[in-house]
Amino acid sequence: MKKENVPQDRSNLESANGRELCYAVDKNGRYTTVNSSGWDPKTIALDNAIKEINARAEDARQRVLGGQTSPIEYYMELHKMDIGILAAYTGFWKWRVKRHFKPKIFKRLPDRILQKYADVFNLNIAQLKNFEIPHGD
Amino acid sequence: MEINFTHHQSAHCENGVVSNLMRHYGFDVSEPMVFGIGSGLLFCYIPFLKVNHAPAISYRVMPGFIFKRFAKRTGITFKREKFKNPQSAKQKLDENIDKNNPVGLQVGVYHLEYFPDDYRFHFNAHNLVVYGRENGNYLISDPVMETVTSLTEKQLEKARFAKGAFAPKGHLYYPTGFPEALQLETAIIKGIKQTCRDMLAPVPIVGINGIRMTAKRIRRWPEKKGTKTANHYLGQIVRMQEEIGTGGGGFRYIYAAFLQEAAEVLKNPKLKKLSEEMTAIGDSWRDFALEASRIYKKRNAKTDISAYRDIADRLESLADREKTFFRELQKAIR
Repeated sequence: MKKENVPQDRSNLESANGRELCYAVDKNGRYTTVNSSGWDPKTIALDNAIKEINARAEDARQRVLGGQTSPIEYYMELHKMDIGILAAYTGFWKWRVKRHFKPKIFKRLPDRILQKYADVFNLNIAQLKNFEIPHGD
Repeated sequence: MEINFTHHQSAHCENGVVSNLMRHYGFDVSEPMVFGIGSGLLFCYIPFLKVNHAPAISYRVMPGFIFKRFAKRTGITFKREKFKNPQSAKQKLDENIDKNNPVGLQVGVYHLEYFPDDYRFHFNAHNLVVYGRENGNYLISDPVMETVTSLTEKQLEKARFAKGAFAPKGHLYYPTGFPEALQLETAIIKGIKQTCRDMLAPVPIVGINGIRMTAKRIRRWPEKKGTKTANHYLGQIVRMQEEIGTGGGGFRYIYAAFLQEAAEVLKNPKLKKLSEEMTAIGDSWRDFALEASRIYKKRNAKTDISAYRDIADRLESLADREKTFFRELQKAIR
């Protein structure tokens, strides 16, 4: 890529005043570095990934409200996790995490177990139990 | 306590940390040089490992390998440590800072609060340097950031003990001994040889064959997985290729920059020519990303299936081109 072709598109890096470093060639064909504010194809890919995560969280939220899953699944999606990652953070086996998704089982969980989830999600037990979330985007 | 450490921004974290640490000790080694000697370039498609609900694709070697190989090939000794509990991890870090010794850390990106929210994923192979502490904060030189930053003790602890794939376990590393002068020539040749070997490996998921396999899968995605999932998978490929920390074109530009430098060190004009070809290949990878983004943004008028077929063809021709390239590269240093 030529130096003058390094894209300077708008991206969500702006919020952090960030620009990333790119390698590109100058007029004499020598490699140099140029800062880029972003590139549309990348931004679109990232936006799609974020939309996907939000959709997963919203889907989980609806299922919590419909009594089909526990708040744990919602918070897992909200924190961009999957079952493997949540299992690693809590120290539970994956099958136990999955089991805790069942509303009936969730209701019977002792505080000792709820606390682990609460810690991972930066919540307290009461917030975890009393599921009240305003409509997401 | 603040160590007199100069922050240089880099395109990729691991190269950046190594290059910055080397410069701290008076060895002027560029980021591309670290990447090339450490044989950082690789393509790997791991269909059975899912990252963010899509198959894992990597354009570089496993985290930690670049530093390890770079050190071995240039004759540097270094120490690396992992920890079971956060207290001893913190203690070791503090000891080093007090001894005026900047250290590289492996951390989880999700907990780095200076990143924009959208960039915080559960990716645990990020690297940064801690070069001091003051008032309960650690001073951080994160190579992909334009300037230095800081984290609280609690935040850094969370990042050092992130969980999931590649869990850092408080991993820290720093060089301990240097040779009088770096033997760049032999190191460069070893680095290039390994990259050629890796890219031409007769293994289905690695290197050129890995690119071919990815192309084959892409062709099947819309029918097998449906448009939505196919788009998500394709987006993941582009993100792995182009997102923060690649230097562009799935590390191709960095590699081209390395070959250009190597041509001078080894006084080998063939490498300069090959550097130009690698730049052109990098441009083609960028075109691939551009085309892919058109598909998942639905700007493409053609039906999904034929659009996916086209983009798979593009990838296959890239595989052919790189096969020729790495064979030429092998010959050039013989």
